[in-house]
Amino acid sequence: MSDVSLEDALSKVARARRVRALDATLLTLLILAVWQAVGIWTRGVAIAPPLQTLAYLFDLFGTAMFWNHAAATLYAFFLAFVLASLIGLALGLIFGVHRFTGEVAEPILAGFYTIPKVTLYPVVLLIFGLGLSAKVAFGVMHGLVPMTLFTMGAVRSLPPVLIRTAKVLRLSPVRTMLWVLLPACLPDVVNGLRISFSLTMLGVLIGEMFSSQRGLGFLLVNGMAQNNVPLSTAVVLIIVVLAIAANTLMLRLARLTAHR
Amino acid sequence: MTRRRAALLVRIALLAGLVLLLEICCRTGIVDPLTVIPPSEMFASMIERVSSGELDEGIIQTFSTIALAFVLAVVSGTLGGVLLHRQSRLRDIVDPLLASYYSVPTFIFYPLLVALLGLGKAPLVSLGVLSAAPAVMISTLSGLDGVSPVLLKLARVHRLSPARTLWWIVLPDALPRLFSGLKLALSYALIGVIAGEFILSGTGLGYSISYAYQSFDNRAMYGLMLFVLLVAVIANGVLYVWEGRLARRRSTG
Repeated sequence: MSDVSLEDALSKVARARRVRALDATLLTLLILAVWQAVGIWTRGVAIAPPLQTLAYLFDLFGTAMFWNHAAATLYAFFLAFVLASLIGLALGLIFGVHRFTGEVAEPILAGFYTIPKVTLYPVVLLIFGLGLSAKVAFGVMHGLVPMTLFTMGAVRSLPPVLIRTAKVLRLSPVRTMLWVLLPACLPDVVNGLRISFSLTMLGVLIGEMFSSQRGLGFLLVNGMAQNNVPLSTAVVLIIVVLAIAANTLMLRLARLTAHR
Repeated sequence: MTRRRAALLVRIALLAGLVLLLEICCRTGIVDPLTVIPPSEMFASMIERVSSGELDEGIIQTFSTIALAFVLAVVSGTLGGVLLHRQSRLRDIVDPLLASYYSVPTFIFYPLLVALLGLGKAPLVSLGVLSAAPAVMISTLSGLDGVSPVLLKLARVHRLSPARTLWWIVLPDALPRLFSGLKLALSYALIGVIAGEFILSGTGLGYSISYAYQSFDNRAMYGLMLFVLLVAVIANGVLYVWEGRLARRRSTG
């Protein structure tokens, strides 16, 4: 009896998995079809069709020029992401534990989150000068707020007994953060990292698209300016694939930490 | 209530203090006036520029583009959300796309849109719609999902027509989620359009800011920047307060 129901359950899971695989294939085909259709419709003046883009991408991977630009973007992004997540984490923990500070800060942060930050980029350029540090600073400006807000929300919704226990055990504030708060908020922190990841990337790319000579953002704008359609399409493809892959990975990670 | 008011007061004092500090730093030369001009100068420059009428064209251009993108995003996002809610098979297929949509920086499509549609209003509107419509779609879906089955049964028992069910049952129940979609859509449309104008365009407020930067006209740049940011903060703030009112009215019944 129990064997039968187990088999039933297993076959149900297998079927669900097959349906999901079918869905993923359908979605991929749908996207490729739309891409191909737009490519044909515009006769390749704006968007190169999938096959041509892939061929071009393959050649691009063989050039040192591409890797230089990719490395510039990845380096700036890496610095910005580390800074945004560490500062955001620290701020979020402080604002979460100290309620009143959090209440004062939250609308300011939320307001900053919704303004068009691109208008502030000239100020960043004036302060940091053209180059790496301006890109990094702009990336941090984008990624910092979601990290802070997510961490703060997570700390606020913790059961108060955890903080009281830490107090009873007379843990120092730093130990309370590292041993109690951080592990307890891990799933939300990972989600904050996920949002912060994509926004930091957006900040770095916008920085590169405006008055920069290096990086994937520059390559994209340059490809368009030189009418090199396969180049700009290929760069967009790389960024989209990277972004989705990172997002999927972190979603998995968040689910893993949540199950514990 | 008093705690909220205290937080508000501290917040205002904090922001005012920061502005004052910046003013002092600029006036005493701690901050180079070639980098940042004093806030009072920014404000004066903004008033000059807005009252002189030189901005009128840019203002009309930018805000009509944002409004158009917002309306299109809300209409298409709502229709899309309703469609996906009805067609669960289609929804299963599109769901991963919606889930990871906002991890992709939509802005990178802008150069392609410019190449496709030419420099002008069309690529900006498309960019605004591309970045705002999915938010509306997602919140429409979650709003419709959140309508409690009991209420729908009640509607059936009373034999309400579909239109009346929508108007009397579904809309009021889904309102908070729909509203948060609208709020997101406005700020995404605003960010998209102004960023597009800033990076690659020949008109609008975003373009004026980047033009002022490139011609080293700091005074004009800061005035324009302040204007755009103030408008954005006020627009988002109005929706934020309105949303809070809606939520409180619901919770008090």
